[in-house]
Formats: sequence, C-alpha cells, structure tokens
Amino acid sequence: MKNRMIAAGFGLCLPMVAIPASAQTLNDVQGRGYVQCGVHTGLFGFAEIGDDGEWHGFDVDYCRAIASAIFNDADAVRFTPLNATERFTALQSGEIDVLIRITTWTMTRDASLGLIFAGVNYYDGQSFLVPTELELTDAAGLDGGTVCVQTGTTTELNLADYFNSRGLTFEAVAFAERAEAVSAFEAGRCDAFTADASNLYSTRMTMVDPDAYVVLDERISKEPLGPAVRQDDIQWFNIVKWVHFALLNAEEFGITQANVAEMAESTNPEIMRLLGRDGTFGEMVGLSNDWAYNVIANVGNYGEIFDRNIGAGSPLGIERGLNALWTDGGIHYAPPVR
Amino acid sequence: MAPRNFVRTEIIPAQPPPAGTLGPLAWLRAHLFSTPANAAITILAVLFLAWTIPPLIRWAFVDAVWTGENREACVGAGACWAFVRAKFDLFMYGQYPPAQHWRVNVVGLLFVAGLVPMAIPAIPGKRWTVLYLLVVFPVAAFILLRGGMFGLTDVPTTRWGGLLVTLVVAVTGIVIAFPLGVLLALARRSRLPLIRVLATGLIEIWRGVPLVTVLFMASVMLPIFLPSGVTIDKLLRAIIGIGVFYSAYMAEVIRGGLQSIPRGQYEGAMALGLSGLQRTWLVVLPQALTISIPGIVNTIIALFKDTSLVLIIALYDLLGMIQSATNDSNWAVAQVPASGYAFAAVIYWALCFSMSRYSLFIERRRAAGRPR
Repeated sequence: MKNRMIAAGFGLCLPMVAIPASAQTLNDVQGRGYVQCGVHTGLFGFAEIGDDGEWHGFDVDYCRAIASAIFNDADAVRFTPLNATERFTALQSGEIDVLIRITTWTMTRDASLGLIFAGVNYYDGQSFLVPTELELTDAAGLDGGTVCVQTGTTTELNLADYFNSRGLTFEAVAFAERAEAVSAFEAGRCDAFTADASNLYSTRMTMVDPDAYVVLDERISKEPLGPAVRQDDIQWFNIVKWVHFALLNAEEFGITQANVAEMAESTNPEIMRLLGRDGTFGEMVGLSNDWAYNVIANVGNYGEIFDRNIGAGSPLGIERGLNALWTDGGIHYAPPVR
Repeated sequence: MAPRNFVRTEIIPAQPPPAGTLGPLAWLRAHLFSTPANAAITILAVLFLAWTIPPLIRWAFVDAVWTGENREACVGAGACWAFVRAKFDLFMYGQYPPAQHWRVNVVGLLFVAGLVPMAIPAIPGKRWTVLYLLVVFPVAAFILLRGGMFGLTDVPTTRWGGLLVTLVVAVTGIVIAFPLGVLLALARRSRLPLIRVLATGLIEIWRGVPLVTVLFMASVMLPIFLPSGVTIDKLLRAIIGIGVFYSAYMAEVIRGGLQSIPRGQYEGAMALGLSGLQRTWLVVLPQALTISIPGIVNTIIALFKDTSLVLIIALYDLLGMIQSATNDSNWAVAQVPASGYAFAAVIYWALCFSMSRYSLFIERRRAAGRPR
C-alpha cells in the first residue's frame, strides 16, 4: 500500500517536473483567450495610450499581430505596461507571454536571463540631435564641441568611445535626468544632444521650435530592438519569430491590409504559401494555415505598421533607413516560408 | 455762591478712533510695515509675487489653448488645456471601457452616499453607516468595478487607471492601515512579551524600509518566489504593500495618543469593573484617537499622496496616467507635460486640502468639551 502511494506520488510528480521542458505557452494562451503582452509604460510611437484610451504604437501592433495569428482578433491582447527593471521578471514569472518593449538584444540578455529574442523589429542606434543652423552632416563635425548627455547610461560610454577612437576632442555635459539634458541643450548650453535615434525624434517633437533641430543620419552604436520570449518553449518562440517574418515577407511581396484578400488569389507560389493557400505551414507551429493572412488583414504588413506609428504617416516621421527591407537598402531580411 | 462744578448732563457720543489707527492704511502699517525689517520683507514678497504671478496667469489663462484636436493646436507658449480635455476621461477612469464608465460613477455615488452621513455629525444612524461603509460598500464596489458576475462584463485591473486607481489604492490602503495600526499600537503596549516583541518587530521593519522598496519587492521580487503560473494581481500587491507600510506609521501615531492617557483613566475604568477590552474600547481608545487626530490625518494625507509612487511599478494612477498620456505622439509638443502636471497638482491639492479642513473641523468638535 505504502509503495503504491509512493508510486502514485511519483506519477503525480512526473508531469510537474516535465512542465518546463515542454511548456505549452500556446495552449495556455488559447485556453485563456488572449495574449499577455509586456509593453513600455509610455513611449512616443512605440507604446502609447491614445485619446480613445486604447494602446497604440509600433510595439503594440506587434502584440496585436501575434494575437491575430492565434485568434484572428487583434484585440485578444492584454497589455502589461512594464518599466525597465521589472520587464524580465515579468517574462520569467509567466506574468506575460511575450515582451515587446524596445528591448536591446545583447549577449548577456540572450545567455543569462532565461529568455530568447525572436528577431529584430527595429534597428536603433545612438545618434545626435543638432541645431539645423550648424549644418552638420556627421558627428565628426562636432570636434571640439560640447555634447549634452544623460549620465549613467551606455549612451555616455558610446559617446566617449566614438570621439576618443577617432582622436577627436569633445566636452560632455552630463545630466542626471534626460529632461534636464534636453532643456540645457535647448537653452544653447551644448552643440548637440545624444541618445538613441528613435528617442531623438520624439525629443525633437517636444521642443519649443522643432524645425530648428535635426537628427543626424550617422549611428554610433548598435541597438537592435526585438521581441523576447522564454527560452523553454520553442513552439511559442517560432510563432513570435514567424509572425515577425510574415510581416516582413508581406511587405516584400507587396501584400497590404487593403489588398490581402485580392493577393490571396495570387498564383505566386511564395504568396500562396505565406497566405496559407498552399501547404500546411500554420499547422507546423500549432496555428491555422491562414495565420499570416489574418495578421496582414488585421494589422497590415511591416511597412504599414512602421509608417502608421513612427514613420512618414505619424507625427514622428522617422525615416526607414536601416529598417527598410533588404530590397530597399535596409537590412530587414526575412527567411522564406517554404 | 456755590462752586460752579462742571457736570455733564448727557453722555458724549462715541468718537471714531484716531485717524491713524483705522482703515486700510492703518492696517497696512500695523501688519505689513510695522518695523523696517517687516517693511523690507513685505516689499520683497510683493516684488516676488509681481515677478511670478503675471507669467503664471499668462501661461495658464491668457495664452492657454482650450480647444484642439492634436499637437498642432498647442505649439504656442501657453498651457495646453486642450490636451487635458482630450484626455480627461483617461485621467479619471484610465483604460476602463467607456461603455462601462457608469459603473465607476455608481461606485463613486455609493461612496459619497456613505461618506456624507458619516462625515456630518448631525446625521443619526452612525452604526448603520459604518456597517454600510465597511461591509456593503466594499463588496458592491468590488463587484461593480471588477465585473465578471451578475451579467457585468469583466474589466481586469490592468484596465483601471487614473483617479479611479488613486482613490481605490488610497481608500483601501486607509481601510487596511487604520485598524491594523490600532491593533499594532495596542499590541506594542501589551503586557505579553511575545505579542509586544512581534508588534515592535513588525513596526520597526516596515518603518525601516522605504515605500519604494516595498513596492519594488511587491512587483519585482514577489513573482520570483511564487510558483510559475501563479500571479497575484499587481494592483492588489500594491494596495497590500501600501496598507501594511502605513499601518506601521499609523501604529506609532496612535501609540503617541495612548501614552498621553493618564494612568488614572485606566484605574478609574478598572474601579468601575470594566473588563480589559471594555477599558480599551470605551475609555482609553476614544481619548487616545481624539488626541491623535492631527497625526492620523497627517498619515492619511501622506498615504494619499504616496499612492502616486505606484507609477514606478507601472500602475497607472492619476499621475502615472498623465505621465503616460504625455507620451502620445499626437500630443508630442513642449507645453503638454507642464499642462498635465499642473492639472494633477490641482486635483491632488483639492483633495488633500479638503481632508485637512475636515480634520480641523472634527478636531474642534471633539475638543469642544475640553478647553485647554
């Protein structure tokens, strides 16, 4: 009797032990009926609460794309706003299913935090905001000048590395708060203000005279931002990764939110495979075969998401630059659906 | 001939006081220019006001923008009240679905319906009001706000925000902190060493940690300790953190009141044959709490304002919601943050100031029979 109980105990324990190895995030999400998505607490263009009280933004639309792939419903998402310190804990503890919060993909994070990056949805990099009247074309033109910077960030290190490695001189004016650095720059205390480029565009918008400033094209650091998931669930990782690739592929093939129904009739084999007219690619990752069709129909392709939230169609007006497709001079290059 | 003494036959009418002691000029001289130092301070203060007030008025009213759809309207130098108007619902309800706003309004009305009879001494039936406020109202408020039963749509706490969250955190925090504080204060004065040591330990631990740390523990550390998949609502974590944290402060304030009760009161109560519980409940606590009113209200106001700290754990209370709303690219323009913060300041001030006025009223009323 006792032995049998022990055996039963082991039997009960086995599935519990097995959970981490085959964590079924997709099952959990489908059972729950919505995706839990960790986003920024409020960042121009990337995650913002609009006048209608709903979340909008580049990262937010990625959450909606994932929800569309699973439920064909862009609103089947619960957004969990997270700040920088709690974002990884929230992912590790299962409070969220996917973290899409302008998070830079670095080796430390990949290797030691129990998470895995499912691609790069925005190539960011440190740059400079300078007065238009200086007519600078690159950061080297700031030789001998002063630069306002927020202290205690990698931004400050990148700045020193850049100038020192080129034998240029500069004077850094460091501020504890970003807002202080910006107002000092605006008051003419420095020749330039440095931060990540996506940040500089929104900073420029909040200045009293935005037209008097320009963001330099040069990038002095690499900041690849992307969605992250827990590393114990390859199926879920594949879903997030392939939603990203589907958005890129759709733009490459010219499939938009408006013409997706029409494109579904296309005889181009690549488009047929992507939109689920050919093969069973959706089923391979546990979704329906029209997963990508639903994504495009609900949120549009990568280019549309970009334009609507941070690009030409938004107040921020960020240029595609590195974030253009490889066919347009950028570095976004998605593997084929095959 | 009789001496001709001067005797008035009628009373002379009252004369006005000397010209120098009456009227606005005299008031000015007495209050503002009584000494050279006072005169200098007055002049400096007037200059300071003249230097700061007109630009403020110009910013807040003259140059202000009252209507507009987006950032284009607010590129000027005045406050952007159009932003506050566009986001007003967001500041009040957060992301609570607009079709369900009536539920929040009903909860607000229910709260006022309990608070008014509670706050006005002339209205009878306090016992029932307390029962309503402590039992009926919380249950009704929870069902209405959270939904998911009785045909009400489910509204997860992640969609609550703005003034709603500020008030929920503050009211629940006070409801936790006050009774817990009274218990801790009594326990700390207990004759039983175990209870005394436990209470002292709790109070000192919670007082020795900054509130920000408590909130961070609740939001970052707690999920790590919990088994995978088990999550406790973030709002609930914050409320419990704030409530317990402030109960320690409350306990010390009330302990101050308890210590000021003379020994004779206890002895008198004993002589009347009251039990220990009756002594505390009928004789000691009413006096101690009356004495502690300024300290208690001070703690409550501090608690109310500290609810804004929940924004660091990404809960959108009033301040967090305003801060987040300033990150809307449709409203990305220089005047928006200042306008939002000014709005927050006005609301916080109005609420805290009314609390402080009410506490003064209660203090005067309670002290009426005991002139000092």
